[in-house]
Amino acid sequence: MQGTETRAAEVGGQGTAGDFFALLKPRVMSLVIFTALVGLIAAPGGIHPWMGFVALLAIAVGAGAAGALNMWYDADIDALMKRTAKRPVPSGAVLPGEALGFGLTLAIGSVLVLGLLVNLAAGALLAFTIFFYIVIYTMWLKRLTPQNIVIGGAAGAFPPMVGWVSVTGSIDLGSIALFLIIFMWTPPHFWALALWKKINADYSNAGVPMLPVVAGSDETRRQILIYTLILAPVTLLPSLTGTTGWLYTLATVALDLVFIHHAVRVFRVRDGAEGEQACKKLFFFSTLWLFLIFALVLVERALGIPSFPAVLG
Amino acid sequence: MNGQMTNAPFSKEDMARRKKRALVMALALGGMVLLFFITTIVRLGGGVIERGM
Repeated sequence: MQGTETRAAEVGGQGTAGDFFALLKPRVMSLVIFTALVGLIAAPGGIHPWMGFVALLAIAVGAGAAGALNMWYDADIDALMKRTAKRPVPSGAVLPGEALGFGLTLAIGSVLVLGLLVNLAAGALLAFTIFFYIVIYTMWLKRLTPQNIVIGGAAGAFPPMVGWVSVTGSIDLGSIALFLIIFMWTPPHFWALALWKKINADYSNAGVPMLPVVAGSDETRRQILIYTLILAPVTLLPSLTGTTGWLYTLATVALDLVFIHHAVRVFRVRDGAEGEQACKKLFFFSTLWLFLIFALVLVERALGIPSFPAVLG
Repeated sequence: MNGQMTNAPFSKEDMARRKKRALVMALALGGMVLLFFITTIVRLGGGVIERGM
């Protein structure tokens, strides 16, 4: 058997279809599909349902490609962290070259499909999103700055904008508002997880300068509160740009107040089980919060609630 | 390993995995052909026959 094992290891082909699917980061992909759908529905005008499906498919595959390329590049640090050691590349199921080829093929394919079948601006923005996530975030800033989560948040904030541009062909203020919501939401969400799960040691071992590792938990709690206080007014931007109406506005104000309450708890209660509990609650609430904020846009469209007249843009 | 490729055949398990991957790739390619075909029809819209050449 020695010979066959060696051959398979040399030429690849040991990974199952499931291993390659795991390279796409399916959980991240599902969030991308949801937020891109909201961008697609929220955009003024309309799109043929089939073209909307094609746009969502291309955006989802593009996000998966970015995930695969991220796992290819980060295999060295993934192998050092408990949370990521079992990923297909560090575990040896998929060879680095296979992950690179898979990611590049899907990246080029998704950009071409979106650009040629939907519109060129959307294709170009998807290409930029993948470039930003892989080159700017993964290769450059993730291992360089403790604000890496903020940069990564920007990459994660592009999908609703790509969905929007798939309909309109241009980047409008309404799409920037959706971008800013995810951009400002990511740091408090992820830092709450980092404080709760105590994954700092993992990142420290891997040499990734996460904010809690570099600046300590007190500074991280302060930054969580600052980002949350900026996030609250940002969530009202869709109402000022004529994207949403009264239901979104009222519900968002209520959700923002709960978010701020949890962030203040994290800032104030720092020690022991209670401090840990505060971080855990903020993390789970922030996940639900983002889902509800974006779902509200869909609900308003489904109920035919008119948007406010645009004050901005 | 000695840096040299061996000529030993793949094991049954490896072959099964490769076959499944090939099948998934074939399905993906077929899906893409269908995607382009349907999109072409959708973009053409109605009244294709009446259009001038």
